Amino acid sequence: MTTTEQNIESILIPILEQVSDPEIPVLSIMDMGVVRSAVIENNIVKVQITPTYSGCPAMDVIGDDIKAALKTAGYDSEIELILAPAWTTDWITPRGRKALEDYGIAAPLNAEADKEVLLNGKRLVKCTNCGSTNTRLVSQFGSTACKAQFQCDDCQEPFDYFKCLK
Amino acid sequence: MKQNLYNYILGIADNSLILGQRLGELTGHGPSLETDIACTNISLDLFGQVRSYYQYAAKIAGDKRTEDDIAMLRKEREYVNVLLVEQPNRDFAYTMARQFLFDVYHLLFLQELQKSKDLTLSAIANKSIKEVSYHLRFSIDWIKRLGDGTAVSHQKMQDAIDGLWTYTDELFHQTEADKAMVSEEIGVDVTKLKEAYYEKVQAVLKEATLTVPESKWFQKGGKQGVHTEHLGYLLSDLQYMQRTYPNMEW
Repeated sequence: MTTTEQNIESILIPILEQVSDPEIPVLSIMDMGVVRSAVIENNIVKVQITPTYSGCPAMDVIGDDIKAALKTAGYDSEIELILAPAWTTDWITPRGRKALEDYGIAAPLNAEADKEVLLNGKRLVKCTNCGSTNTRLVSQFGSTACKAQFQCDDCQEPFDYFKCLK
Repeated sequence: MKQNLYNYILGIADNSLILGQRLGELTGHGPSLETDIACTNISLDLFGQVRSYYQYAAKIAGDKRTEDDIAMLRKEREYVNVLLVEQPNRDFAYTMARQFLFDVYHLLFLQELQKSKDLTLSAIANKSIKEVSYHLRFSIDWIKRLGDGTAVSHQKMQDAIDGLWTYTDELFHQTEADKAMVSEEIGVDVTKLKEAYYEKVQAVLKEATLTVPESKWFQKGGKQGVHTEHLGYLLSDLQYMQRTYPNMEW
């Protein structure tokens, strides 16, 4: 239960990569790091997923979407929601981080820089529109639990920042 | 059924459910867009945590009760949340003072619950700590901003702290379920959190130029199901859908 390793059968990877986060459609749940294991036992795929935030309303939808994707590929499945080990933004893959940035959401900084930004008003988050770091925190909470609101003082664009969770 | 464990879980979960509902009342009514979003985000975190607790409680109950039944279909006297969290929003200073006075406790509590011998409780605590530290940052920020703000904001925050102070001591009262769970190294001994709690609260109030209330008379009863008159109204809101359309899901 304490392992941070994913255990996903390679044959299932392409199927699971088709399922995206309903709140961030460009990001597959695989790149998000929420799928912790997927194994085939007696013709049933057992999938373990972990929530990003406890109250993330996307989890129920993600569970249903995984079931549907596997069904289309010819598998019945069982989804289990696990809490330990707790999800961290470190599990977002480099490809996932790029997808976030392209979508207009700044990817999480490391824990220390994140603290500086959210608590001490440091300007370190890169604007997803113009790339400037002349950005400021507008609101510690954003459109979803995982994000904070920022604005760029160079190009004036408001954007979301994916908060570091460790 | 493990009655003590079941009661113990409700003791934890009810606090977050009722506070989450209070914060949810601000949906679309927050004083500014940012604070509105913040309060509802915190509410969502709390409801998420609550679901994990009630799902576990339903498993322990082992009968037909679901997480929704436990959350929505109990009577007022069966809720064992502390009186602090059911206090109404009144104004934003009040809402933030209530949040702060609970967050400080909540974080201390979860840091201990993380060490529980019960793996499910320890996992929920571990997950929740990250969220609750963020809640505390937010509420501390507002205590300071309003406390050390204008004469009017200072007065409002002082009134809120003075008004809610009487509900703080109850956080550290042990129930029968508490005692049983502490002896099994599953539960947290809340009496041991008291010192660290008041130390932290006083430090923040001081920085916010607020006066620490001197009153030594405290309210109690929530943990035994004896509530202030505010809870009934809250529950009628909370339970309306389940009672009107039994078994509905969302």
